[in-house]
Amino acid sequence: MKTTRLLPVMFATLAVASILLAACSDRGSDRDSSRSDTPVLDRALSTEPESLDPQKSRSVQAADVLRDIGEGLVSYDASGEMVPATAKSWEISADGLTYTFHIRPEARWSNGDAVTAADFVSGLQRLVDPATAAFYAAELGNVVNAADIVAGKLEPGELGVAAAEAQTLVISLVRPTPYLLSLLTHPSTFPVHRGSIEQHGDAFARAGNLVSNGAYVLADWEPGAIIELHRNPYYWNDAETSIDVLRHHIVTQEVAEFNRYRAGELHITSTVPPDNFDRIRAEFADQLHIAPTLGVYYYGFNMSKPPFADNPELRQALSMAIDREVLVEAITGRGEAPAYSWVPPGVDNYEPVQLPYADLSQQERNAIAQSLYRKAGYSEQNPLRFELRYNTSDTQQRIALAVQAMWRNVLGAEAQTVNVEFQVLLDQMREREVTEVFRSSWFGDYNDANTFLAIMQGDSAANMPGYSNPEYDELMRSAGEQLDLDRRRLYLEEAERVLLADHVVIPLYFYVSKHLVKPEVEGWQDNILNYHYSQHLSLGAAEQDGRP
Amino acid sequence: MLRYTLRRLLGAIPTLLLVIVLAFLLVHAAPGGPFDDERALPAEIEANIAAVYHLDEPLPMQFLRYLGGVLKGDFGPSYSYRDYTVSELIGRSFPVSMQLGILAMLLATVIGVSLGILAALKSNSALDRVVMGFAMTGISIPVFVIAPLLVLFFAVKLHWLPASWTGSADASRLLLPVLSLALPQIAYVARLTRASLIEVLSSDFIRTARAQGLGTAAIVRYHALKPAMLPVLSYMGPAVAAVLTGSVVVEEIFGIPGLGQLFVRASLNRDYTLVLGVVIFYAALIILLNLIVDLLYGAIDPRIRRR
Repeated sequence: MKTTRLLPVMFATLAVASILLAACSDRGSDRDSSRSDTPVLDRALSTEPESLDPQKSRSVQAADVLRDIGEGLVSYDASGEMVPATAKSWEISADGLTYTFHIRPEARWSNGDAVTAADFVSGLQRLVDPATAAFYAAELGNVVNAADIVAGKLEPGELGVAAAEAQTLVISLVRPTPYLLSLLTHPSTFPVHRGSIEQHGDAFARAGNLVSNGAYVLADWEPGAIIELHRNPYYWNDAETSIDVLRHHIVTQEVAEFNRYRAGELHITSTVPPDNFDRIRAEFADQLHIAPTLGVYYYGFNMSKPPFADNPELRQALSMAIDREVLVEAITGRGEAPAYSWVPPGVDNYEPVQLPYADLSQQERNAIAQSLYRKAGYSEQNPLRFELRYNTSDTQQRIALAVQAMWRNVLGAEAQTVNVEFQVLLDQMREREVTEVFRSSWFGDYNDANTFLAIMQGDSAANMPGYSNPEYDELMRSAGEQLDLDRRRLYLEEAERVLLADHVVIPLYFYVSKHLVKPEVEGWQDNILNYHYSQHLSLGAAEQDGRP
Repeated sequence: MLRYTLRRLLGAIPTLLLVIVLAFLLVHAAPGGPFDDERALPAEIEANIAAVYHLDEPLPMQFLRYLGGVLKGDFGPSYSYRDYTVSELIGRSFPVSMQLGILAMLLATVIGVSLGILAALKSNSALDRVVMGFAMTGISIPVFVIAPLLVLFFAVKLHWLPASWTGSADASRLLLPVLSLALPQIAYVARLTRASLIEVLSSDFIRTARAQGLGTAAIVRYHALKPAMLPVLSYMGPAVAAVLTGSVVVEEIFGIPGLGQLFVRASLNRDYTLVLGVVIFYAALIILLNLIVDLLYGAIDPRIRRR
């Protein structure tokens, strides 16, 4: 008898269990309230932030959320122009070494406490404190004692940052840093609420604990799914904030993201899928936003091994034989610009230097490339054989195959394509043992040529090719000492000229930002930084709730 | 039975230890580290991070530290979610995967077994062919094709159901993922049930039952179904384990915060502690489910119990 009823009993147990589960795991029910008539904006993040601790976070996506939650001394408006933020004004000393910021007396934390200069001091000290293990600790390298604190030689308290008065912050530098204001827009330099760090320790950046000073406050974070933010009524500029509830959805798949957008679950996408791009462009013409951004896609040479070390002519031949117009039109095809410089166009106070052959036609380039190739000792009988490494992905593969064909057709060089997982490629680029030509990219951390040029200095960790040219390093050092922006620019441009003439990297194209934005979203402006603060956006009356 | 269960549970301890050692060695052998990035870090910052996470210690030291933590129930901090611990992340995502998995398996069992019985009773009829044709299709179309098609139809075109987990707060967000998970399982269960029931129905004791004048319904219900369920049950053990721990594809497509998605992210980011935590959890779950299936065998078939 007992065994006869076993199956029904099993089913009943399972059914009860799953109903119980459904009941107790329905944590999302509080989300229903925000759905009624308060304005809710749904945006997408392509990967999940690793942390919402301003000093411990690292990714672009974490910074996107943090720019909604927190605020630095300076910030950007919707068009990407720098504007005063928690600091209402500042003075820079004549020698460019002392910055004095005046913090708004009306600035408040999300619990109502006043934001003071001491909160900024704590945040900046926390950034360089080795115990924080902050990824961006080195960005403050020009602040007095910062490098020694990061290296563990001095205490964080000795950082050259002081609260002269409750609302006056003084930052002292060892050398002029014209991009300091740009750095101070970055979330890693945001202030911290000292009371809540003392109270919650490592858990201070969680929903319920995190006290922040931006237009929004963290309400809920369901890892793997969603980060929900609510309006911070204490924010000094709250009157200008329009949207009450923000939902940052974590959407890793591009096609899934596009479907969610079409289903009315997202107002703003983080990207646009490459497949069917022409159809999307035709169908969503008024909602598609493509804009230049601060990112370069490049192929790098391993400068520490043959055949490319000590062979600038061979490197130049490979660089010239690539038809970048074909790459951006036929392969990437989403509005990317062909790259003939290392620093992308549109950077403040800078005019990118062009590769010497940029003005030639592709036929002329090919002819020169062929003669350089032969001069380097290679021919049809003795072709150059090497490996082109890239990280596994459709786009990387299509580009690699096209470039491989161009090298074969123009020069007769035999590149073997090798694809490896991204973490493996990173490891191999750094080791510089097996790489010959490799695929990589660089995105600017702030709007200044320095963020691109500094990584090619001999001692930079991100110098993947292993480029080391004393002339280049000297130019960069001199640029760092200039107070006059025009003189500084000349040094930086000269450095880029040296870099390009050495053909250490082959810039292929400059990235663009790609978003779909619903027509009812108002206040969106494309900008080169691809920063879109939610506080600048509002929702028009049209179909606010198109969700099923 | 209790002694048997205890013996099995004790026997699981060395298995789990072996899993921990192997997984630990494998994740650390994989090239690349948890904090590698295109924006490579200056050496002193890398050193600070390594020190905070004890990655600067020799590997055997790291292993002992980890094992010590595991024995105390502490699976360490996650490297890719710096605000959370591994236990918290598994504790948050497993219930989500389990809820979907249980619903999907429930659906698969009820529909699959019923379809299988129908097909077996009417074997070689038109109905049988339709059911088996459906099953074959369900098995051959991969879930990464079915799921987006379901989304396109029910969410994008008809606007009946949400396209994702976060697209709605109510139970409607469960429907499409559960359906995507269940469809292939329905197909397997139906085919297994049919094949096994046909075999049982042709055996001697069923013929005897028929000779005694029992109707088909009674024969299936009281005599044939139980022995016919044995192969289905042995399939269900690992299938339940696989579905409970989260289908990577379904979770990615619907943006479900489950264990599968967490595991993929952890491995791609070389989040050593999170990978290890999920592997250990998964191993323990499989051991437990296999034990449950073996116990159920005994309950269904007295011959096995005696052994």
